[in-house]
Formats: sequence, structure tokens, C-alpha cells
Amino acid sequence: MGKVLMKGNEALAEAAIIGGCKFFFGYPITPQNEIPEYMAKRLPEVGGTFVQAESEVSAINMVYGAAGAGARVMTSSSSPGISLKQEGISYIAGAELPCVIVNMVRGGPGLGNIAPAQSDYFQATKGGGHGDYRVIVFGPASVQELVDITMEAFEIADRYRNPVMILGDGILGQMMEPVEFKTTEIRSAPEKPWATTGARGRQRNIINSLYIIPEDLEQFCQKLQDKYEAVAKREKRYESYFADDAEIIFAAYGSTARICKAVVDQARQEGIKAGLIRPISLWPFPDEPFRRAGEYAKAFLAVEMSTGQMVEDVRLAVNGHKPVYFYGRTGGMIPAKSQLYEEMKKILEGGNQ
Amino acid sequence: MKTVFKRPQTMTEKQMHYCPGCTHGVIHRLAAEVIDELDIQDKTIGIAPVGCAVFAYDYWDLDMHQAAHGRAPAVATGIKRVHPDNVVFTYQGDGDLAAIGTAEIVHAAARGEKVTVLFVNNTIYGMTGGQLAPTTLVGQKSTTTPFGRDENHSGYPVKMTEMLSVLDGVSYAARVSVHNPANILKAKKAIKKAFKAQINKDGFSIVEILSTCPTNWGISPIEAVKWLEKNMIPYFPLGEFKVPEEVAR
Repeated sequence: MGKVLMKGNEALAEAAIIGGCKFFFGYPITPQNEIPEYMAKRLPEVGGTFVQAESEVSAINMVYGAAGAGARVMTSSSSPGISLKQEGISYIAGAELPCVIVNMVRGGPGLGNIAPAQSDYFQATKGGGHGDYRVIVFGPASVQELVDITMEAFEIADRYRNPVMILGDGILGQMMEPVEFKTTEIRSAPEKPWATTGARGRQRNIINSLYIIPEDLEQFCQKLQDKYEAVAKREKRYESYFADDAEIIFAAYGSTARICKAVVDQARQEGIKAGLIRPISLWPFPDEPFRRAGEYAKAFLAVEMSTGQMVEDVRLAVNGHKPVYFYGRTGGMIPAKSQLYEEMKKILEGGNQ
Repeated sequence: MKTVFKRPQTMTEKQMHYCPGCTHGVIHRLAAEVIDELDIQDKTIGIAPVGCAVFAYDYWDLDMHQAAHGRAPAVATGIKRVHPDNVVFTYQGDGDLAAIGTAEIVHAAARGEKVTVLFVNNTIYGMTGGQLAPTTLVGQKSTTTPFGRDENHSGYPVKMTEMLSVLDGVSYAARVSVHNPANILKAKKAIKKAFKAQINKDGFSIVEILSTCPTNWGISPIEAVKWLEKNMIPYFPLGEFKVPEEVAR
């Protein structure tokens, strides 16, 4: 199949269908409405079911039920709606159920606005809900990557019995780009012998996150931790763009990384050794390339559409070996290439942190 | 020797944690008897709530799913949409269903989700130690209404089953009580009708069951059943509010 021109949200929805998603539960919120609208039309064609819930709280609990019942299931929302889903996400992680959650991030805090932002990084990667748990988070930077990651997200969720979050932003959801679906064959979910299907001919199954005995809960939390360590070992992903010999290294994910790439291109043309390390998995965070680059680069510049969230992970990875600067825009404002170029020059000229 | 009484097949042998005089155990048994009689044990999926009945998954020998406080109807929706030919039911208390989970229960009912809800109303938060519930009667003392519920301050008890019965998605809605043997038998009949309504794909079905909480009411089990009859039934009248034709017979 050749390339087609598609809007990010719709391309993601089609990718979910191919990834084997059979159930979608959602609630309207801008800027992600094309996802539920696409699913409402498309799911019945593939024998699936779409339900519009009465709230995000209810939608994520429908996901919780359907995931426990063994289905490949997805929900999508945007920042304020994702806040409402946190209770359910904690339960889903606590019951070790697979599902895919999409956040097309918009401006915050509070009602914020409907313009693109990256200010939900902390919420996505550091927990969000209560308790010791992790969500596997990916931050794609193009409609193509959105498609590829969404298809694979269902496999990863099933492999680890863990929620997977796709952290997009308003730009990614709303823009149109040529995209290729590398397969159009709809995948199916693996056997799930632990699911609630009615206990016919087997021992009953219980989906639960309650361990009333402290010794039991501690043991369970340790088991989760072991799983997260295995995920961290296998699922770290990043793109390195001219970073191997760079003196100044941009750190950016998602839409922002694309602007940084343009700055790197311009800098290289002018003989400046600039590079970019673009985390694709946000949790687990790809710390190794930053640690290595800390040995040869002069400085790092983290760029985000926030007041500085991922920059903390970059600093942890660089571990004080080199200065890590930050440039951020918020409220739906997008960093301009010229601003980033100026910031880079300032740092190279020994500017202040 | 002839067996005249035995544990329903759908009950496990796990000893219950409920307080003396609490009627959760009776209601668990009624549900198990109905599931046995309808021969649906191997296709039924139950949803345990947050509250005193959180351990319900230990007592029914069924596939079970534990839900967050108030969210059981949404979880049930997810399960039922995946397995439309299975039987799915929630077991929820009055704090769970009539306060924190009001949106979930109303919209599951409005959508006509083909699930059954067993709604246990004892007019108080049991598990957390006896606080004001949405169903606490006017004048009734709780730990957060220490002088009795003042309607000018805390409003009035919610009659959930009457409210839900006016929704078109609801096929069966009834309120029963388990304060004496005659009413226990009636309660079982209502639970059976509710499950049958689901099996017939008529729509959403709910049975509200008036229940006792001697521990948090601060009275003996015997006084508790009398208190229920004297105070709860006048405010929460028993009866069927909606019955589909085929299960009415």
C-alpha cells in the first residue's frame, strides 16, 4: 500500500484498528475528537464496538472492564480528560491489564486551552494516579510514527499486561501528513487465560488490585517493580540525529523535536556541531544516549512546550557532567526555529544557565 | 439421609468477614441460589464494589472483577460489551451506587446496558465506619451527622430505584427487603426476575435490597431488623416499579 494523506488523529484511529483494537470507550474533548468519531464509524465494520461514555471517569472504567474481559481496547482524550482517567489507570496498572490510552496534550493547568502543549509529561511518566506503578509512554513525532507506534502499542500492552500511553499533542493530532500503513491486515489479541469470560471448564478468574495483607501488597508491588525493570531493559527507544560528534545537543520529543531538527540542519550548514537526541519512549526514558553524550558534548539544550518537565530526566541522565539548559514555551505557543537558534548560540558563547 | 439445606454451588467455602447481624451474607446467598437455579454459573461475571462487599469475589465461585468506588456499572458495561452472551452483574452499596457512582449507574441504565445490579441499601457507609450516606434517613444519626440528618443542612435521602425506573433503558426495577423470612423469599424472586430480564436481553435490571447494619447503627441485630421495618420501609417503599412482560408471568 502506498502513502495516503491523513490527519494524525484519524491515522492513529486506523492504526489502532489494524493493531487489533476491537473496543473503544471515550468522551468528547478537543483536540482529539476525530479519534472517537473515526472509531464510531469504523469499529462496527470490523466487528468491534464503540461506546460514548458519560465521562472520562466512566470511559476508563469501561476500558478496565473490557481489558479484564480479554479484549484489545483503547481510549483517547486530552489533558483535562486524562486527569479524570487517572483513577482508572491506577486500577488498570494495579490489576495488570493491557490497554492503550491516547493523550493529545493541550494547554494547562486547569482548563488551559485547546492549543498544543507538552505539559503532561510529568503526569504521563511519573505516575499520574496513586500508587507505585508505571505506564509505558511513547512520544511520537510524526503522523507516520504515530501510526507505527499505535499498531505496536497493543502488542506491547499485551506482552507486559500493562497500560501503554501515546503522548501526542494538538499539532500531531490535527496536522495532515503522508503516511504509509505497512500492513493492513488486522491483528488479533493473543490468548488471555486470565480474563473474565465466564468460568466454563476452568478455575475462576479474578481481576483485582486489592491486597489487604501488607506483606501481600509489598510482594505484589515488588513483582510490578520487577516487570518495570524488564520493560526498562527492553523498551527504551530514541532517535539520534547528528548527536555522535555534537558539541551542543538538543533534547526534545514529539513535535518540538522536529523544530530542533531544523535548527540542527541550519547549524551544521554553518559548521556548528549541533545534534539532537529525541526520546521516543518517554517511560522508560532513554538515559543511556544522554549519559554517553555527557562525555563528549559541551552542553545540552532541552526544548519543550512546557516550563520544563522532561529536562529533569535529561539532567538525571547527564548527572551533572555537563550543563543542561532549558528553553520552553507554554500555553499553546510553539518554539520558533529562530529562537532555538539564538538560544543555542548563546550557550555556545558561554551564556548563563 | 435426605439433604434439606446445602451451600449453593455458586458460593465458595470461604468464611465471610461480615459483622454479626449484617444481611450481606443473606443477599450473597440469594444471588448464588438464583445463579444455580438459572444454571448460569459458568457464564456469569460478577463485579465487586468498594465498601463492605469488596471481598465479594472471595464468596462467589464466579469469574469476578473488582471495581473502583462507584464505577461498577462502567466496568460491567465494558465486560458486557465484550461478552454480550454472558451474564454480568454488579453488587453495590448505597454510598457506592447513590453517591460517588451516581453518573455511572444513571447512564448504564439510560443506555439500557444488559446487566443486573444488586443494590444493597443500609442507609450508611459501613466499611468506613458509619458516615452519612445518600440514603441516610432524616433524623438518623451517623458519625458525620452526630445530631441526626438535618434536611436543611444535608438534604434528603435519594430514592434511586424510583429515579432509575423512569428511564426507558430500564427493564426491571424493584425494591425488596431481607428483614424477615417472608421478605427474603420475595427478594429472591425479584433477583431472579432481574437476571431473567438480562438473559432475555430486555435491558438494564436493578433490585434494591434494604439491608441492616447493626454495627454502625449501634443496635443489636434483632433491633436492627425491627428498625429497618419501622423506619426504612415507610420511606423506601417495597415493590416492583417496572417489570417486562415476559418475566412478569
